[in-house]
Amino acid sequence: MYPNRINLLKAELNEQALLKGLAENDSRAVEALYKSHFGMIQHFVTNNNGSFDDARDIFQEAMITLYEKVQLDHFALTCQIKTYLFSICKNLWLKRLQQMGKYSAPLSAQEETVSVEEDLDRFEKKDAAFAIMDRSLNSLGEPCKSLLEGYYLNKKGMQELASQFGYTNADNAKNQKYKCLMRLKKLFFAQYNIGE
Amino acid sequence: MEDIQLQETIERYLTDQMSVEERTQFEAIRKTTPEIDQMVIEHAMFLREMELYVNRKNFSALNKQVFNQLLDAGTWTPAAEQSTSFKVIQLWSKYKKVTAIAASVGGFIALFTSAMVLFFFPSINGNQILELSKAVEKIERNQKVQGHILNEVKTKVPENSKLISGGSGFLIDTKGFVITNAHVLKGEGAIVVNSLGQEFKATIVYSNKNSDLALLKIEDEDYKQAKALPFTIRKKSSDLGEDIFTLGFPRNDNDIVYGRGYLSAQTGFNGDSNTYQIQISANPGYSGAPVFNDKNELIGIMSSRQKQAEGVAFAIKSDKLFDLVEILEANELTKDLNVKLNKQKVKGSKNRKAQINNFKNYIYSVRAFD
Repeated sequence: MYPNRINLLKAELNEQALLKGLAENDSRAVEALYKSHFGMIQHFVTNNNGSFDDARDIFQEAMITLYEKVQLDHFALTCQIKTYLFSICKNLWLKRLQQMGKYSAPLSAQEETVSVEEDLDRFEKKDAAFAIMDRSLNSLGEPCKSLLEGYYLNKKGMQELASQFGYTNADNAKNQKYKCLMRLKKLFFAQYNIGE
Repeated sequence: MEDIQLQETIERYLTDQMSVEERTQFEAIRKTTPEIDQMVIEHAMFLREMELYVNRKNFSALNKQVFNQLLDAGTWTPAAEQSTSFKVIQLWSKYKKVTAIAASVGGFIALFTSAMVLFFFPSINGNQILELSKAVEKIERNQKVQGHILNEVKTKVPENSKLISGGSGFLIDTKGFVITNAHVLKGEGAIVVNSLGQEFKATIVYSNKNSDLALLKIEDEDYKQAKALPFTIRKKSSDLGEDIFTLGFPRNDNDIVYGRGYLSAQTGFNGDSNTYQIQISANPGYSGAPVFNDKNELIGIMSSRQKQAEGVAFAIKSDKLFDLVEILEANELTKDLNVKLNKQKVKGSKNRKAQINNFKNYIYSVRAFD
């Protein structure tokens, strides 16, 4: 009866499903988003002084921004995914161009955009914390780095880690993990500004 | 071990691995023991950041995997990459008439080395590093404030050009070669200003965004070749904890500003071995300023600071200057520039005030215009 309305509803449901999939790390959702939207960003970036690799990096950052947004408790997306991703990418790319001192003419873009300042701020803050953690982990050295990654990143049990790293029992592994964790925390908090 | 048990208990508490009974008990202890409460809060914060880290890392990996699969399946064709024209090339095209050979070769070398260096140098994450060059508007404002002075002396910035960025620089060869940061040179040309406020025209000989070093040559009849450099350029790396100081032009005037600190790590941001981490209050405008130790040696070039941590800055190691000269020498067209770095030990005074007095005439404010 109302084919337009039904199509709209379908599209909306589809978007909701995609966001839900994204929140759950579902690779099908990620794939669908890349398939439907990366081309647009590739076009935009390569037409504005950027390369294919730039487009890939920018799009990935936009995906992370969206991913971290859907994890929020009070999450709500007030526009289409397409518009959101494009707005983030446009902002990020503009910033990148300015950093490289290349920005001169207004960026050519026909797409509609929404304000994403708040989300970008959040992304940047998290990005800073992420880099500190990454740097701290990388400066730990082995076996600490792998041990902690095994525990926190790969969610391995102490018994498993003990045999992987050649500790005689889980208690020894626990001991080692504790020492490593203390070092990591020290490194991390030395650079991490509480309150920011 | 008591500590390890406590830490483990806190972690079990925070990751919901406690029975109701144990939980109640632990919460009672937490309420009455501020030290433990503090540890819980700190560890909760740490675990939250760790969770964010893990999530983002996993999600990035998933993105890469999906992207590569789709790329392999031919979903997109990476169009022939647009030439990302390097700043130097733009500078070259504008300046080729004036500086002819020197500048053009500088451009080629920069492009060539940029391409090479790209493979070897860790990329800098713009989100956490603040370059120390001054913002545009500030300089513009300053131009207005100083308007009458500039009019009297007549500025050497070409007409119709605007100052767009600025930083510091210093002589490495009294023939007029000034080192600064590549990121300071945002525009098409530059002038340098000494601590007395005198302006000199300069051409950009070399600029490399990856090493963030640039070389200017003062080409101005008003420039009088200075006496021998009062400092040595150190080739070996410097020691942790060494006292250091810098002189630069972080303010929007011609006043030179002194800052002191110490060398805090042998590597810079993300373990970058081309830079030192130094503890110094670094303001925008210090970019390109020299970093000295107290033995009259130049040990580094200020370049950036970390956004998160105030007082943490990074300086490019002075041995990179030797690499730069090597590049210039290796090329037919720039070897005639004959840039020489002072390796002779300078005996001069080790009194800080005397050092500053000696050095300040060799330090310039660098201003780039479009």
